[in-house]
Amino acid sequence: MNKLKTAVADFGWPRIIIFFFVVALFVAAPLVGVRVDGALSDVLSRFGQNGILVLALVPMVQAGAGLNFGLPVGIIAGLLGGTLSMQFGLSGWAGFLGAVGISLPFAVLFGWAYGLLLNKVKGEEMTIAMYVGFSMVTFFAILWLLLPYSSPNMVWGYSGTGLRTTITLDGYWTKILNDFLAIRIGRFFVFPTGLLAFFAAATGTMWLFLRSKTGTAMTAVGSNPDFARAGGVSSDRMRLVSVVVSTVFGAVGILVYQQSYGFIQLYQAPLYMAFPAVAAILLGGASVNKASMVNVLVGTFLFQAILTMTPNVINSVLQTDMSEVIRIVISNGMIIYALTRKTKVSK
Amino acid sequence: MKTPFKLPSAARVRRFAADNVVVLIFLSVTAIAVPSSNLSASYIIQDLLTRYGRNAFLVFSLLLPIMAGMGINFGMVLGAMAGEIGLIFAVDQGIAGVQGLLYAVLVGAPIAVLLGWIAGQVLNRARGREMVTGYILGFFMDGVYQFVVLYLMGAIIPITSKAITLSRGYGIRNTLGLDSVRQSLDKLLKLELGPFDLPMATYLVIALLALFIVWFRRTKLGQDMRAIGQDQTVSHSAGIPVERTRILAIVISTLLAMVGQIIFLQNMGNMATYNAHRQTGFFAAAAILVGGASVAKATIPNVLVGVGLLHLMYIVVPPAGARLFGSAQIGEYFRDAMSYAVIALALALHAWRKRANAESARAGLRGAASGAVQPAKTEGGAE
Repeated sequence: MNKLKTAVADFGWPRIIIFFFVVALFVAAPLVGVRVDGALSDVLSRFGQNGILVLALVPMVQAGAGLNFGLPVGIIAGLLGGTLSMQFGLSGWAGFLGAVGISLPFAVLFGWAYGLLLNKVKGEEMTIAMYVGFSMVTFFAILWLLLPYSSPNMVWGYSGTGLRTTITLDGYWTKILNDFLAIRIGRFFVFPTGLLAFFAAATGTMWLFLRSKTGTAMTAVGSNPDFARAGGVSSDRMRLVSVVVSTVFGAVGILVYQQSYGFIQLYQAPLYMAFPAVAAILLGGASVNKASMVNVLVGTFLFQAILTMTPNVINSVLQTDMSEVIRIVISNGMIIYALTRKTKVSK
Repeated sequence: MKTPFKLPSAARVRRFAADNVVVLIFLSVTAIAVPSSNLSASYIIQDLLTRYGRNAFLVFSLLLPIMAGMGINFGMVLGAMAGEIGLIFAVDQGIAGVQGLLYAVLVGAPIAVLLGWIAGQVLNRARGREMVTGYILGFFMDGVYQFVVLYLMGAIIPITSKAITLSRGYGIRNTLGLDSVRQSLDKLLKLELGPFDLPMATYLVIALLALFIVWFRRTKLGQDMRAIGQDQTVSHSAGIPVERTRILAIVISTLLAMVGQIIFLQNMGNMATYNAHRQTGFFAAAAILVGGASVAKATIPNVLVGVGLLHLMYIVVPPAGARLFGSAQIGEYFRDAMSYAVIALALALHAWRKRANAESARAGLRGAASGAVQPAKTEGGAE
């Protein structure tokens, strides 16, 4: 009984409540006429769609740089990759892989600069990261209008310049991962094999990275900087590596997200994209200074399950659309919970 | 521990430049944009005068938490929401004019106190990361606000006016017309000075608030807040109730933000029920930082300079963008990017300087240990 109590306290009541809330949603779904297989299929594809963005948060948490509210920095690199790949007329696999390839140097460059800044402001990374992300997104909104993109599928029709707010990926690489070896069972259930395989590969890469020499040193810097320094590890260097890795995963993550969504969203769209990812990883059991692959997988699944199921189920029960309110309260409540929790490492 | 170390004069000059780099960057950008905007001086001045009345009160609400060492109170949007709820009731009851505004303040006050108290409790549990927590708290309460206004009002909370409820019978409409109270404070004492209209009553309220803050700093509570802003541990040993004082700073800030939002909205004349508060914290934070304030130190001149500079940029940059790039949209993105960048830069500079200070203090201690230099301590802290 005591063991159970400490386990519950460790995991945290909010997470347990949310977990049972999700279970209740799945149980209630057939009773109100929502198809469980269809819903599960949605959850799976959104799980793969959002997973890598959540995964991108892990390295910085491990290196002690906090939750990466500046994820839009990586997202912008991904958007550059995606739009440039389209501009060069690449489509299909060449298009998607081209987008990833083009976005990588940008992600490394942005991540490096962003990491240098974060090294100067240790202890206050999160608020600053958030505003660095915001200014990056709005600054790039200007560039989307000014850069000389010319592909007729991307620019505004009447003026011929400036990218559109949303650019469809139809004819380029819409759902290229989702449809790869997808297995259809019945009318409503599709297993997005390619998408989940890609997510699994990304998770595996991150897992291996954290267990490599660099990854271990990074974790050491996060858990105890003084101890790490005594062991001959440069704290600044490891934090820089973590920020670059996080930014690169952010860039890849948004490309995976977009191929599943079917559109590239520009301008103000990436502004708040870090927050759902942060909420998801915290929901999975991560804290401000510790995160694992399990946290990512569990958190993303639970969070996407809530987002998918609440509109269907709650709307059928209450006859009103309260899902937006539930989403806002749960995701931000989770972040506040994590930020106000007494961490074991004393500051 | 946070005593500034004595710097040689060259470093002092550099530090002065660093202290004001945010203001300097902002000034130079605006200086370029003003002539290219092609706006007449009288138009700019009139617009600035209006915007002072509209925004200054909100920006003032950030002062006390900064004084208490809690950084910029991004949770002030909670107060803005309380003000909006007050206005909804004032419009619903059909109370017009300044009485309507007073009614809104009376309704909003208990809500603001409650929300401020909650925010204070939360921020006390999130020491060292108050700003990001306050920011997320704003998001969280936005959800609660939506729940109350969109689902409870008209269903459980009685709303009599059919005109402001959604056609389904409950919930408030997306846009609330504030015709009954529109600019009632601004028009109360209107002074026409040459080509300019001055909303004297609004200025008077703002001046009273400034006086209140000057007075408040000298009270026991104000002194306690400043002490806590300097050092929490020392204040605690000196018998100051740290947690309670911090909560009070947030409660007062939330109350002021509530009044500020009502002043803001009466000037605008209508209210986007579910969006009006979203940008409030951002504008106020940008204004006070542009005015040269830092996360740890803010004065009344910072507020006045900041509101002027920020809004001057907001007035001139879109037309300048339209003329220079052929697109007003570019100007609009540019001013947002500038404001976000200014916040990021000001926060980063402060964090950077704090670390540099800590390091030089440590270097001073090391010097003292070898018996060479006395650490320059006990210099009066930053006001």
